[in-house]
Amino acid sequence: MNTAPSIQFIGEHLLPGQLGYFLSILSLVASLLATFAFAKAFYATEITTQKDWYKLAKLSFIIESVAVFASFLILYYVISNHMFEYKYAYTHSDKHMPTEYLLSCFWEGQEGSFLLWSFWHCILGLVVMARSNKWKQQSYGVLMVLSFTQFCLATMVVGLYIFNFKVGSSPFIMLRHEMNWPILSRPDYLQLIKDGTGLNTLLQNYWMVIHPPILFLGFASTTIPFAFAVVGLLKKDNNWMTTALPWATFSAGILGLGIMMGAAWAYESLTFGGYWAWDPVENASLVPWLTLVAAIHTAIIYRKTGRSLKATYLFFGISFLLVVYSTFLTRSGILGDTSVHAFTDLGMNAQLLAFLLIFVLPYFSLFIFRYKTLVEPTTEESIDSREFWMLVGSLVLFLSALVIIAITSIPVFNKIFGTKIAPPEDPAFAHNQVQVFVAIIIGVLSAVGQYLKFKSTPGENFWKSLRWPFLITAIISTIIFVLVGIVYNEKGIGFLAALYVATVSSVFTVVSNAYYWLVTLKGKTKSAGASIGHIGFGLVLVGILISSSNKTVLSWNTTGINVIQKDPNAKSPVGNPMENITLFESITTDMGKYMVTYQRDTIDNLDKKFYELKFKEKKTSDSFYLYPDVLKNNKGMEGFSANPASKHYWNKDIFVYVTSFQDHSKEDTVQFKPAKIKVGDSVFYSNGYVKLEKVLINPNANRAAGTNELVLQMKVHSATGLTYEAHPTISVTGMTMRMIPDTIRAQNLILNFSNVVDQPKGILQIGIKESSTLSNLITLKVYEFPFINLLWIGVIVMTLGFMMSTYARVKKNG
Amino acid sequence: MKKTHIFLLVLIAAAIVVLISYTGDLSSYETVGSAKQKPGKFVNLIVKMDKSQPVVYDPVKNPNLLKFNVQDSLGGKIGVVYHNTMPTDMEKSERLVLKGKVQGDVFECSAIVLKCPSKYKDNPNAMREQPASLSN
Repeated sequence: MNTAPSIQFIGEHLLPGQLGYFLSILSLVASLLATFAFAKAFYATEITTQKDWYKLAKLSFIIESVAVFASFLILYYVISNHMFEYKYAYTHSDKHMPTEYLLSCFWEGQEGSFLLWSFWHCILGLVVMARSNKWKQQSYGVLMVLSFTQFCLATMVVGLYIFNFKVGSSPFIMLRHEMNWPILSRPDYLQLIKDGTGLNTLLQNYWMVIHPPILFLGFASTTIPFAFAVVGLLKKDNNWMTTALPWATFSAGILGLGIMMGAAWAYESLTFGGYWAWDPVENASLVPWLTLVAAIHTAIIYRKTGRSLKATYLFFGISFLLVVYSTFLTRSGILGDTSVHAFTDLGMNAQLLAFLLIFVLPYFSLFIFRYKTLVEPTTEESIDSREFWMLVGSLVLFLSALVIIAITSIPVFNKIFGTKIAPPEDPAFAHNQVQVFVAIIIGVLSAVGQYLKFKSTPGENFWKSLRWPFLITAIISTIIFVLVGIVYNEKGIGFLAALYVATVSSVFTVVSNAYYWLVTLKGKTKSAGASIGHIGFGLVLVGILISSSNKTVLSWNTTGINVIQKDPNAKSPVGNPMENITLFESITTDMGKYMVTYQRDTIDNLDKKFYELKFKEKKTSDSFYLYPDVLKNNKGMEGFSANPASKHYWNKDIFVYVTSFQDHSKEDTVQFKPAKIKVGDSVFYSNGYVKLEKVLINPNANRAAGTNELVLQMKVHSATGLTYEAHPTISVTGMTMRMIPDTIRAQNLILNFSNVVDQPKGILQIGIKESSTLSNLITLKVYEFPFINLLWIGVIVMTLGFMMSTYARVKKNG
Repeated sequence: MKKTHIFLLVLIAAAIVVLISYTGDLSSYETVGSAKQKPGKFVNLIVKMDKSQPVVYDPVKNPNLLKFNVQDSLGGKIGVVYHNTMPTDMEKSERLVLKGKVQGDVFECSAIVLKCPSKYKDNPNAMREQPASLSN
């Protein structure tokens, strides 16, 4: 905007941006109009006025949807055609990027991901409209809330200045408007900008194409049950749960899937060495899922018994509010020092906070205002009823969510109160030690839940029907403990015991739900959603417990190169396990169960350097290759970024990544150091000594004719006690003398036999050269994750369960 | 009192106990000076690398040993020992968050969080400057 309008810039495509701006404003206005018109339709008492307003509202919503879809396409067009005059394309993409990752660029930035969120709201809104004949007035209310949410999201990407206050950040902003680089005032600046800054390679992963859309569909779909709850409170009509439940189960299924796809991405491409790190961004997406699952259960209780009404309103409300809160956390930059995932602060904190408060305050006011009208039966639920234990389970989930979000919100707390509280020494354990008990309780409850009846359960039947599940659980748990075991002694016996109990409890969930489905429901699929969902949830827990507690580091250095690392369990004073192992090119290194050889490396055309590592299992002599890679000059990064590789077995993954590397490329300037030596003498080098054992004359029968060889038989004793043979040689053919040095790569040592100084006394001259540039080397971390597949299978089964349940309910609702 | 209410109270009590016990685990951000006052206590330091001192990392000798020196905004200096590989970009990082404890006269570090110009996303301020490759 500081550029004089008179300059004609060459090669710019202005149309997409102008169209984009227009569409952003159109969607903003249309969503506001839709909100207003839906509200009018919702509150209208006469059928005809209702219909008129609804027509207008519907039209506005459709216009808004078209505007959002079109912005989506235009932004994609800008990125895929590499129009670097647009900041979004310049900062998030480049020309070399494989086409399949163009979508990842789209949602790398805040603007694109807001657009994605908005996109799903439109789709969901259109579905609600298509089905609105069945529940007319309710749907007007729901669409009113949805349109208002859309309005808020539209403000996020509109990019307008109102009284010097920046509202939103537009994805269609021009590079020359945003940056004040000198070259941008030149008319031909586009010819100078050859390429964009590209996409961080960590995000160039297939999971990053699919994970954000699924996750945002999960986020967007929490709006629908929330909107139903708002409408219920406004109308004092609580009969919305039957209609809302399939939306809620759909949402929970998709959100859960989206979260775990993120976990799969973290597992495959981040070098955390795991799928879950209790990172604030991960927590912020998990917490709404927990409360949503709690809400689904209390809604079922309400439908069957009329109880847990208040809890249902609270849980559905809070699930959506937590989604908005997590938006605030991850996008405001407030997480700063505590998260590696968060988006960049775009200077929209005030707006994000307003987005949060504009939902939180009215909803809770309405909830408190209507609290007295939410009537539940005054009688007590019986302790042997399904509703009682379902409510207990929901409360446990809810409190677990509260604990997680409270801990995650420490940076917010610091900001408000000016405190300087930092995360604990072992943040993951701080969560695990609490959540393992949640897993135990939820595991048992989801195992027995379906065997309980609403109102009251005959005790005898209950125990009788659980006999087989008990027995099978005992057998399977024993097999797991004997064959795999739970090995995690680091946090004391108490935690280990809790892990054992949690494993039994989650096996119990799987077994008893499978048994219920196969025996009680006779394997029918119609009402199997709950059983299948619980089986999946149980498998997820079993997978987490077994794989995390048995995760082992394979990269213990057993070569003896490191003096301090003789003990595989050695730790630094602050508990860092010594997990890195150094591999020299073409030298086979002993690494616990495997012999590993760094065979060679290649660089592909995208500047990615692949290392070929050969793993040979000592016991079976089976071997396989892994190709971890590093990328130099990743987007904006000066160093390199590592990309792990893994070998998948049915029961475990071998996971490896390069933690640092040294290139041979440096010029070798080190000189040979001369030393005089006799047979039996030793000469020191930095890491030990070299002993001359014997001088051999012509030991090699296959030498060329007319050649005489003088070979020194030397032994290199390293400080760690390992010894190496070396045979530096002088070869004489006629009048030419040739020196053949010998190299001990593992010690970075080159030995050279220079000449014979004093033949009668046997004094010889040798040269010793030590050089760190001698060989290519990498340092490596290698982990083994057993039974990680149980986790992924569990996620798929659980999602399937949620979808079956959704389908069954939609069909039943008609 | 209803049974569910009793349960609810028990659960809330449990949650409070959990949160309180968690606050016991919490650590704090310290300066180099104040961290030296509390040897053996787990703290977080926000520092810059002291570039006048060499960084020692030789994977040939030990891939799990990194030594470097840092300086905080008050000018306090301390040597750091980190038993791991050298994080990529550490020397380019404008700010480091070190987690660990002072032992003897060094800071035994258990984790390093880099605050890079672009660890994950672009820093808008860094981006606003014209890249060197573009100035001709």
